[in-house]
Amino acid sequence: MIRVVLPGHLRALARVGPEIQLHIEGPVTQRSVLDALEAQYPMLRGTIRDHVTQERRPFLRFFACAEDYSLEPPDTPFPDAVASGAEPLLIIGAIAGG
Amino acid sequence: MSGVRVLVGTRKGAFVLTSDGKRQKWDVSGPHFAGWEMYHLKGSSADPNRIYASQTSGWFGQIIQRSDDGGKTWTQPGTPPGEQTGPGGMPKGESNKFVYDTSAETGKPLTTHQFYDGKQHPWEFKRVWHLEPSSTDPDTVYAGVEDAALFRSTDGGKNWKELAGLRGHGTGPRWQPGAGGMCLHTIILDRKDPKRIYIAISAAGAFRTDDGGNTWKPINKGLYSQYIPEPAAEVGHCVHHVAMHTSRPNVLFMQKHWDVMRSDNAGDLWKEVSGNLPTDFGFVIDVHAHEPETIYVVPIKSDGEHFPLEGKLRVYRSKSGGNEWEALTKGLPQKDCYVNVLRDAMAVDSLDKCGVYFGTTGGQVYGSADAGDSWSPIVEHLPAVLSVEVQTLP
Repeated sequence: MIRVVLPGHLRALARVGPEIQLHIEGPVTQRSVLDALEAQYPMLRGTIRDHVTQERRPFLRFFACAEDYSLEPPDTPFPDAVASGAEPLLIIGAIAGG
Repeated sequence: MSGVRVLVGTRKGAFVLTSDGKRQKWDVSGPHFAGWEMYHLKGSSADPNRIYASQTSGWFGQIIQRSDDGGKTWTQPGTPPGEQTGPGGMPKGESNKFVYDTSAETGKPLTTHQFYDGKQHPWEFKRVWHLEPSSTDPDTVYAGVEDAALFRSTDGGKNWKELAGLRGHGTGPRWQPGAGGMCLHTIILDRKDPKRIYIAISAAGAFRTDDGGNTWKPINKGLYSQYIPEPAAEVGHCVHHVAMHTSRPNVLFMQKHWDVMRSDNAGDLWKEVSGNLPTDFGFVIDVHAHEPETIYVVPIKSDGEHFPLEGKLRVYRSKSGGNEWEALTKGLPQKDCYVNVLRDAMAVDSLDKCGVYFGTTGGQVYGSADAGDSWSPIVEHLPAVLSVEVQTLP
């Protein structure tokens, strides 16, 4: 199981608490995490990455183990600590505007 | 007893205001979708319990919400509860998906429009500004989006398909964004002729289809906009809103960036009816439910100063279809008021007497139960109001 922390707006949309758990087969990457997340919570499809291009929405970032993975290719593995569930993957909305 | 349901979209959530036919005491529910920009909510006249809502965010994109119980509960149409994945395990969420048409079947795909700098810019979906349910089928609903295009769903909002003939009719590369973005903000369905639809885009102008959305033509003759390179151009006008009375589908009223306009021939020719208005800049315009020649606007000082003249919030009413206007002030603040009333933030009910409602960027929603003669605030401290729609309930 891996742990994912969503921004507040998306928690409300998916009707989940501060942290959710996902089961992922194989490498734990940005792509595999988002595939699993959207399969389990289809209402989030299109909110983190574009429906068609699959590109990360500009005002969202991916942080893990105090590092920014937002600009990494989507198949780059996250750290072992995320894959093991020791550390959560943080999906964070940019602090901008009101 | 009949009643009224007022659907209010704000910068930070949606609110549903309900009252009986007297329209004196109001219940307020909300915020629904707290923290999200709710650009527009509108109920189906074919099924008053069916309401569609545009939930949007610069961070998280577009969500379509639907209620089947008059706004008490909401679901995303493409993701019904208990059915979380589609065939083959693929996720749903299709109701949030607005993809511009690029098929060869509809002609050469249109990919660019004019940008602020005069250069061509790719079409990029940003949000749904306006949802217009069919008057006969609760599952059919139209969506006007930014960057400007018209989409339609025939399955209750689960899937959306662009009516690509609008962007593809030829003038699209000359459309450009207004200050609020290049939005398709007005959709008017002709109840007498299901194949006729009017739409308006800022800043491109008004357009009409007479064949159900396959082909379109600009209907901007008579508009004169001094602030564009060719003031009488075929397209490029910053139309803020258009209104029509259902009994007279050939008569249209328009609040343009500057100028209040009228057409008596389905938009083929417009004439100015600003008359004695103190300023003819503004955003909203609407028509009395029972008197097709009675129309309402809220004059705003200028395009540089988006608030009422002299700090006095005044609705202006014309009972002659324009030109002769009277100020309606009873119950509205007449000093130190510097709010705006945005283009989709006025609506009327169909009770007798006609109720008129509008919302402000200061978070007030005002209502009049006597066709505008007097006003009172229904709520006063909401987030900035983006849209107001009304359902008259049996």
